[in-house]
Amino acid sequence: MLKAVILIGGPQKGTRFRPLSLDIPKPLFPVAGLPLIQHHIEACVTIEALQEILLIGYYPVSQIQPFVNEMQQRYDVNIKYLQEYTALGTAGGIYHFRDQIRLGNPDAFFLMNGDICADFTLEALYVSHKSKGTKALVTIMGTEATKQQSLNYGCMVTNKDTDEITHYVEKPSSYVSALINCGVYCVSLDIFQVIGEAFHSKEQDYYKGNGNANKEAGYIQLEQEILAPLAATGKMFAYQVQSWWAQIKTACAAIYANKHYLELYKSKHPERLSQSITEVGESGDAKCNIISDVYIHPSASIHSTAVLGPNVSVGPDVTIGPGVRIRESIILGHATIENNSLILHSIIGHNCRVGRWARIEGTPSDPDPNKPFAKMENPALFNNEGRLNPSITILGCYVTVPSEMILLNSIVLPNKELNRSFKNEIIL
Amino acid sequence: MATIDKKGMRALILVGGYGTRLRPLTLSRPKPLVEFANKPILLHQIEALVEAGVTEVILAVSYHAEDMEKELSVEADRLGISIVFSHETEPLGTAGPIALARKILSKSTEPFFVLNSDIICDFPFKELEQYHKNHGKEGTIVVTKVEEPSKYGVVVYKDNGQIESFVEKPQEFISNKINAGIYILNPSMIDRIELKPTSIEKEIFPGMAQSGQLFAFELQGFWMDIGQPKDFLTGMCMYLKALRQREPERLYQGPGVLGNVLVDPTARIGADCQIGPDVTIGPGAIIQDGVRVQRCTILKDAKIHSYTRVENCIVGWECTIGKWVTIEGMSVLGKDVIVKDDVYINGGQVLPHKCIAASVPEPSIVM
Repeated sequence: MLKAVILIGGPQKGTRFRPLSLDIPKPLFPVAGLPLIQHHIEACVTIEALQEILLIGYYPVSQIQPFVNEMQQRYDVNIKYLQEYTALGTAGGIYHFRDQIRLGNPDAFFLMNGDICADFTLEALYVSHKSKGTKALVTIMGTEATKQQSLNYGCMVTNKDTDEITHYVEKPSSYVSALINCGVYCVSLDIFQVIGEAFHSKEQDYYKGNGNANKEAGYIQLEQEILAPLAATGKMFAYQVQSWWAQIKTACAAIYANKHYLELYKSKHPERLSQSITEVGESGDAKCNIISDVYIHPSASIHSTAVLGPNVSVGPDVTIGPGVRIRESIILGHATIENNSLILHSIIGHNCRVGRWARIEGTPSDPDPNKPFAKMENPALFNNEGRLNPSITILGCYVTVPSEMILLNSIVLPNKELNRSFKNEIIL
Repeated sequence: MATIDKKGMRALILVGGYGTRLRPLTLSRPKPLVEFANKPILLHQIEALVEAGVTEVILAVSYHAEDMEKELSVEADRLGISIVFSHETEPLGTAGPIALARKILSKSTEPFFVLNSDIICDFPFKELEQYHKNHGKEGTIVVTKVEEPSKYGVVVYKDNGQIESFVEKPQEFISNKINAGIYILNPSMIDRIELKPTSIEKEIFPGMAQSGQLFAFELQGFWMDIGQPKDFLTGMCMYLKALRQREPERLYQGPGVLGNVLVDPTARIGADCQIGPDVTIGPGAIIQDGVRVQRCTILKDAKIHSYTRVENCIVGWECTIGKWVTIEGMSVLGKDVIVKDDVYINGGQVLPHKCIAASVPEPSIVM
């Protein structure tokens, strides 16, 4: 039997994802029509031996429970949300809930960071972990990054013959290895002994007053406090993947993740992609002109002269008028896009209203396609001159854009009624 | 050529040089032939002159443009007048061309008109002639009221119209009347001008005013110097407003039309468009479905594809603008410019025959 643990963090995390995370927890932000962590759940439920999925985080239960209930019904699998009493770190959380994870004595469990997106290959990860024998405590899914970008991740040096991780550094200041930690692990239950030792030594420090008084006694970082010391002990291995993987830190990454999850639908869930009129022919269920890949929620209403795609997701109860053009964008639920408007590289929050002939355009920050293994850059919001770096345009929820306005590389906070055009601005 | 009434009046239009201020349009067509409200700028003036009894028009030009001369000789035949080109070997300013054309202008003692070619207004030539003859002096300058006189040279005159002085860019308010660039002059004044580069405003008029020979005629209605794109569009708005009062039947009526819009009968406009206010659409132009046009001049044979929005710009002859394009901010597209789908142009000055595939978000010149 196997289990999965998804670390979803809490409201103090994911601030770089604002304003999208202001009214919806970042793990539930819809990408390719599904909440971000539903893609994790879908990867988990394909594994037959997997019997329980635990979400660990410190969002209020009321924000997560409706989603958990829906997942429970939809996938017929045990799903629980375990709320930490405070932020406990990536290892502190699983240690706190160790009894829940150990219950039923699973062979191992998958541990997944909630803020990543990937073509998860969990089955292969488990097979790899198991092949390393009973000594193996952790197998880390790893992927190759560029030398420069590897500095932003956990870097792993491996023995090429055994896959053992011989050296592990989290976010080094100089180049160590281009093989980086994907934040997806297969973990044996004995890990809790290792975390327990770390916990007890920290506990003693805490009560002697030697510890970092800003953090809880139970706060343990998996990467620095557990994984780094496990290197070269023969208990930690890497499983390298070539498939698509990315972190979702900023809102720009949501557009990038949207594109890749839509692409994965082609092989895994072709029924979720909308078909173009020309492809569908006479069957007549196409709603508009589609340039694949496009996801349209069945309840959305789209005029036949609108042109959508590529890489567009449209949420429930969205209304899209005649002559609208949308490309590389996410339109959240209950939004209304009026006639002849253009939306490029943007995220339109739920219940937004975009007037006629409006132009909403952002600048993508996709990885450099000419560099092998390049990951997405997560540029700072502002450049050295204090000016906003061009990025995607984001409308928070309930934003109104009047007809004929232009919004370029701008971020609009929720509940705002715009009265003019904006370029490269954050609108409070 | 049609018979010419020798008793008719004469007029000199100061066309001058290449019209660089109206580039990139003037790279493809001489400025006097650029269509303002669907008619070449120069024809607005010539037709008004003909109506006032002018039978001989002299165009003072400092360059040769054979196609312009050819095109205007056709118009001359149509109007039954003679159009003479007076070529300057060197630019002679605003007064020199009068001396150069002395032979024609002094054929009779009848007064003649002089016009700057960039002026658009309700040309009051008949009233001007009457006024001029009534006061009996050598010259009359048309003056027009402006809001900010400190940017111009103002004209100071008595209640009876007699001009006392000219003041360049006054810091303190003394008058809000400026020289409108339209004059009527007696042939006798030509003696005041030498055949060399001379400014009529700075070198000739002050002397005439001093000897009490110059009067001011107050222009009623709108006036604009349309020599550069920004003023070209402002002038168009004024012209269309005047047209609304004078000949509203010439304005376009139809679904989705807002305010004053002038559309050539051979232009085609699609469904669900919103056109206006203040738009002129030239012959053969095609506006597809769902297009928004506001405060624009669309010249002959331009084509705007569906769902595009153009505001505050001049779209040159034979341009092709794609779908979901946004053009704004005083952009000027030269002849035969192609703008690809989804592109945004803000304040772009695009030279002829250019293809724009990437957005121009800040004002710039696209070579």
